[in-house]
Amino acid sequence: MTGSNKQRGRISRAPENFLSQEQIAAVSSGRRDFLRQAMIAAAAVTAGAALPLRAGETGGDPEILDLPPWSKTLGKPVASNPYGSPSKYEKNLIRRESPGLTRVGAASVSFAPLQGLFGIITPSGLHFERHHQGWQDVDPARHRFMINGLVRTPKVYTMDDLMRLPSVSRIHFIECGANSGMEWGNVAVPTVQYTHGMLSCSEFTGVPLSALLEDCGADLKAGKHILAEGADGSSMTRTIAMERALDDVIVAYGQNGEMLRPENGYPLRLVVPGVQGVSWVKWLRRIEVGDQPYGTKDETLHYVDLLPDGTQRQYTSIQECKSVITTPSGGQTLIGQGYYTITGLAWSGRGRIKRVDVSTDGGRNWRTARLETPVLSKALTRFNLDWQWDGSPALLQSRAIDETGYVQPTMPQLRGVRGTKSIYHNNAIQTWAVAASGEVSNVQLG
Amino acid sequence: MSSWDRATGIKLGLSALALATIAASPLTGATSLGRPATEAEIAAWDIDVRPDFVGLPAGSGSVDQGMEVWESKCESCHGTFGESNEVFTPLAGGTTRADQDSGRVKSLVGPNVPQRTTLMKLSTVSTLFDYIRRAMPWNAPKSLSDDEVYAVTAYVLYLNDVVSDDFVLDQDSIREVQNRLPNRNGMTRDHGLWDVAGKADTHNTACMKNCTGEVKITSSLPEYARDSHGNLADQNRSFGPVRGTTTAASAAPAATTAPTQPAGPSRLGMAEENGCTGCHAMDDTIVGPGFRQVAQRYAGKAGSLDQVAAKIRAGGSGAWGSMPMPAQEQLNEEQARELAEWILSGAN
Repeated sequence: MTGSNKQRGRISRAPENFLSQEQIAAVSSGRRDFLRQAMIAAAAVTAGAALPLRAGETGGDPEILDLPPWSKTLGKPVASNPYGSPSKYEKNLIRRESPGLTRVGAASVSFAPLQGLFGIITPSGLHFERHHQGWQDVDPARHRFMINGLVRTPKVYTMDDLMRLPSVSRIHFIECGANSGMEWGNVAVPTVQYTHGMLSCSEFTGVPLSALLEDCGADLKAGKHILAEGADGSSMTRTIAMERALDDVIVAYGQNGEMLRPENGYPLRLVVPGVQGVSWVKWLRRIEVGDQPYGTKDETLHYVDLLPDGTQRQYTSIQECKSVITTPSGGQTLIGQGYYTITGLAWSGRGRIKRVDVSTDGGRNWRTARLETPVLSKALTRFNLDWQWDGSPALLQSRAIDETGYVQPTMPQLRGVRGTKSIYHNNAIQTWAVAASGEVSNVQLG
Repeated sequence: MSSWDRATGIKLGLSALALATIAASPLTGATSLGRPATEAEIAAWDIDVRPDFVGLPAGSGSVDQGMEVWESKCESCHGTFGESNEVFTPLAGGTTRADQDSGRVKSLVGPNVPQRTTLMKLSTVSTLFDYIRRAMPWNAPKSLSDDEVYAVTAYVLYLNDVVSDDFVLDQDSIREVQNRLPNRNGMTRDHGLWDVAGKADTHNTACMKNCTGEVKITSSLPEYARDSHGNLADQNRSFGPVRGTTTAASAAPAATTAPTQPAGPSRLGMAEENGCTGCHAMDDTIVGPGFRQVAQRYAGKAGSLDQVAAKIRAGGSGAWGSMPMPAQEQLNEEQARELAEWILSGAN
């Protein structure tokens, strides 16, 4: 109590006129927290340094000595926020568009704020978005799912039907084929949100597509491919090899324990583990079984990778092994010298992550990072490594190796095969430069 | 609703034992759910057209008819000649007669590839037909008749000199068009990114010590682009091991050395810093109208710049509903005009 009194006594010693008219009004209207904020700000300016304050002068940290309002007041009742939302202090971490990348919001991308996320699960509200013709909030009671083509019985399922069937729940990453696509030629964007943020990872719940194909009596001999089609305006279509379709593809309605978000295909989307996001058709209305690929716009005209010889690769699908350091990363500034945990994400469309190495000298020397559990096939894997920052410039890189033994390539290695006009499937090692000031920025190495 | 009746019927017939059977061996025989699709239902949804023209509906449309549809429904986004505008990618252009003969677009080779038009990339004409049929016009997809789809497809092909101005595209003539597409031979599916067991492009090794010689930074963001994505301090937490780097123009003294940077990002940054984007999105209404809705309303009107600039500083309500906009007195007249100019030019 004495300390607390002492602390209150400081108010009278505050510099004159440090409150604005606005703040005085706030104080006189009874908003004491406002006064406190202003006082701390003034104290910080006076001291010329951030809190905590020096013990000798004040008796300790006012955050300890002067109990905060949340310790001395009644909190809010249950269900006052019936669908919970993040703290007001978390407002900086939101999906963002990259200015200038696209010109129309309904045919655009919003990037997930990877720089501030933990573990491997992307909160559903922060899952990246890519829409070709806007997003829809489809009425689940009116949604139908059809399977036709080379099947014994073409069938229609309602959501009632699908949600009564035995389900599976699996954690998988989804990455847009164009993730890191702005960086093929040179550094173009400042932070990991924009370089790698077309990447998310969720637990998806639904019915294995194999079970539904079996239910319709799909002709697995003649039926070499399936076509997936959406119910939205774009009616997005992609061809998927039957072998893939029978393996681990899910007709999903659940995401992270609740229904899919509308922006992610509510009430039904395809989950195609390891394959680029465009094949995970949202608002899924139809699967057709056929003996030929379908040659749709987003597999033969867009989402094609241009090679230096002028050939364009069609039907690209697999997202190869890739990793990125999320902290410290571009656009961040270290708060001082000393200990840090370098942490980031690794993933592979071909299976599990086996190992991640981290370099702090631009790829000259490497140390093997710890993999945080779980380490799942075709899911994000979180890695971390201890690092003492001595205040000198550093070049941070991570290099992932998957269970096939494939080692994530350097940017020059990738360019050597694909040139700089590929747009899609840039899985090169990312470099972040740490300046002596602690400022971290996006760079590429020769 | 009949589907629900059926489902209920099946549900009532299910015993605990049958459910257990489902769990063990999903969806076998009588325990399966769903119902047969009718012919009419399949016809209504099965609209895809394959490269071998399976699924192609009967019909026809001429280049002339296509032009009529084009001018009323396509031109506003894609331009009179398919050159499009800055919002969408050009459809036509970039190919030669020789490309049509060889089936390979020469300008795609080498390091200096120009912007790729649709017809530079298109390898199967079915793709063009299928996409227009399912997704165009952009704001009214699936509203064209099959004949209109044929006509518009013909017109796009005409814009790229693949067909002549008197051409009529139908379910038969589309097959000969396939053999004239400039990039019909320019595509491959022979690569490692189709199959999960496909061959990788690169073969890096996991060297651990003294792996490289001198390390050189070959690319970084230019100083003038520091705030191209807004103030990065506002895109990170204000606690934890790092802070977002302050890149706002007002906080970065270096920014004054680059006064002539492109208008887009910095004006957007200005709108963000002043809290405008809390209520105004680019296109859609949040609390207030989207910037482009404002641009649209004032388009071509005399004195609109002064009017909008004044409105920004004074605030008010009424023009877009009753929700009042607070006065933005922190902006001086020049800054308000700058913002107004950006908004009225489409907030690009």
